[in-house]
Amino acid sequence: MANLQAPDLDARIVIIGAGHAGGSAAAFLRQYGHTGPIVMVGDEPLVPYQRPPLSKAWLKGEADADSLALKDADWYVENNCRMLLGVSAISLDRGPRKVTLSTGEILDYDVLILATGARARTLPIPGADLEGVLALRTAADAEALKAALGPGKHMAVVGGGYVGLEAAASARALGAEAVIIERESRVLARVACAELSAFFTRYHSDRGVTFELSAGVEAFVGESGKVTGVRLADGRTLPCDVALVGVGAIPNDELASDAGLNCVGGIVVDLEARTSDPAVFAIGDVTHRPLPRYERMFRLESVPNALEQAKQVACAVTGRPAPTPELPWFWSDQYDLKLQIAGMPFDADAILIRGDMAAAKFAVFHLKGDIIQAVEAVNAPPEFMMGKQLITARRPISPEKLADTSVSMKEVAA
Amino acid sequence: MAKITYVEHDGTEHTVEVKTGMSVMEGAIKNNVPGIDADCGGACACATCHVYVDAAFEGKTGEKSAMEESMLDFAENVEPNSRLSCQIKVSDDLEGLVVRMPESQH
Repeated sequence: MANLQAPDLDARIVIIGAGHAGGSAAAFLRQYGHTGPIVMVGDEPLVPYQRPPLSKAWLKGEADADSLALKDADWYVENNCRMLLGVSAISLDRGPRKVTLSTGEILDYDVLILATGARARTLPIPGADLEGVLALRTAADAEALKAALGPGKHMAVVGGGYVGLEAAASARALGAEAVIIERESRVLARVACAELSAFFTRYHSDRGVTFELSAGVEAFVGESGKVTGVRLADGRTLPCDVALVGVGAIPNDELASDAGLNCVGGIVVDLEARTSDPAVFAIGDVTHRPLPRYERMFRLESVPNALEQAKQVACAVTGRPAPTPELPWFWSDQYDLKLQIAGMPFDADAILIRGDMAAAKFAVFHLKGDIIQAVEAVNAPPEFMMGKQLITARRPISPEKLADTSVSMKEVAA
Repeated sequence: MAKITYVEHDGTEHTVEVKTGMSVMEGAIKNNVPGIDADCGGACACATCHVYVDAAFEGKTGEKSAMEESMLDFAENVEPNSRLSCQIKVSDDLEGLVVRMPESQH
């Protein structure tokens, strides 16, 4: 255990990154009685907001900036959180505990929390800098994408991941055409099993989305500086009004690694969110963190992860016991589909499908022997909720019962 | 606008004004009321905004959707007056609403 010091509720806290993780850390610190000053540094012009709706409700015009904000700007003022927006941290000097900002200001800290997140991976191909070649990571990205979508517009999505699929569903809802271009032979290749990939491909195809699988992208082509198409490796050019690049994210761990903190494609932290420097914590998408249920380290990109680590750091700083580790979970909304995923399919040796894929109500269980490692539930809350409990408890189940929908999930768990 | 009182499991009360159109969950998050986690931000995907609705308001908080029913069926410490607070929209009718929180949100 790290050296237990008496909590200093007056400690000066600096949080680098004003996203979901950073904003939640400030909120939990105040909930847990921290009285010292908090300074938050964010490179976007907005107070912390929720990113998941950007590709869903927000894109469809069902959410606005106020509803996305975790808290109103006034809250930070009233709670002694100085908010420096449109500002980034350019260097960290851990000896004297100072952070230098892009404005030239130098902040002193007793406790530093790095919540710098991840940035969208870009494609190093010709035309990537054309107007209309977008990522979907920030509210500004989403605003640009929304402005480009509408009836009759064409969106090309490079990358068949969740962001691309969600954006395609939203585009269809807005009356736009969408094509998804994926290098692998199936969508969601890195994150889902073949059965689930096939289900999503069919569901989107039935709703007018077209797919180019096993397709390389050679260039974005344009006129007058604006994108007009995506050129594939086979020579064809797919016309588009806007191109969305959703090919993963890169952790913003440079500030930490330059300062000598232990990083391995993400900042290495423990279950208190502490880095290799006891005065420096890291939370959210930027961290490489322990997953106790799976006895390994991993980098997660999810809101539940950001909230869990925000709680961990707030507990550590205010002297509360570390919270019980949570099971990773994720969700995605596409059309009328609610996908809920619990756990990680590490070390799974079998896949079991419960329910009816044709009726879009089923769950894919990833088993290791008779233990559930992960579940991907489509319009199937009982399978998700009970699955989450069974995975956490590592409780053995009968695969025969699990496969039989006449046996309820409560009976499966009994 | 409605005045809503959130009661933590240990009895601590938080009374705040919540704008019409927001959910009861959003009212808690925006005002930093402890005990409502809302991992999914209101997508009815997680059951971490579970509350017990005061009997006087049970008829005014709307019907539970099938999704909400289903999520609550597997949450912990569920009572007949359990709701997911992200699914309760605030209106003037909810002036004085009291919601209590369970011991934990998992």
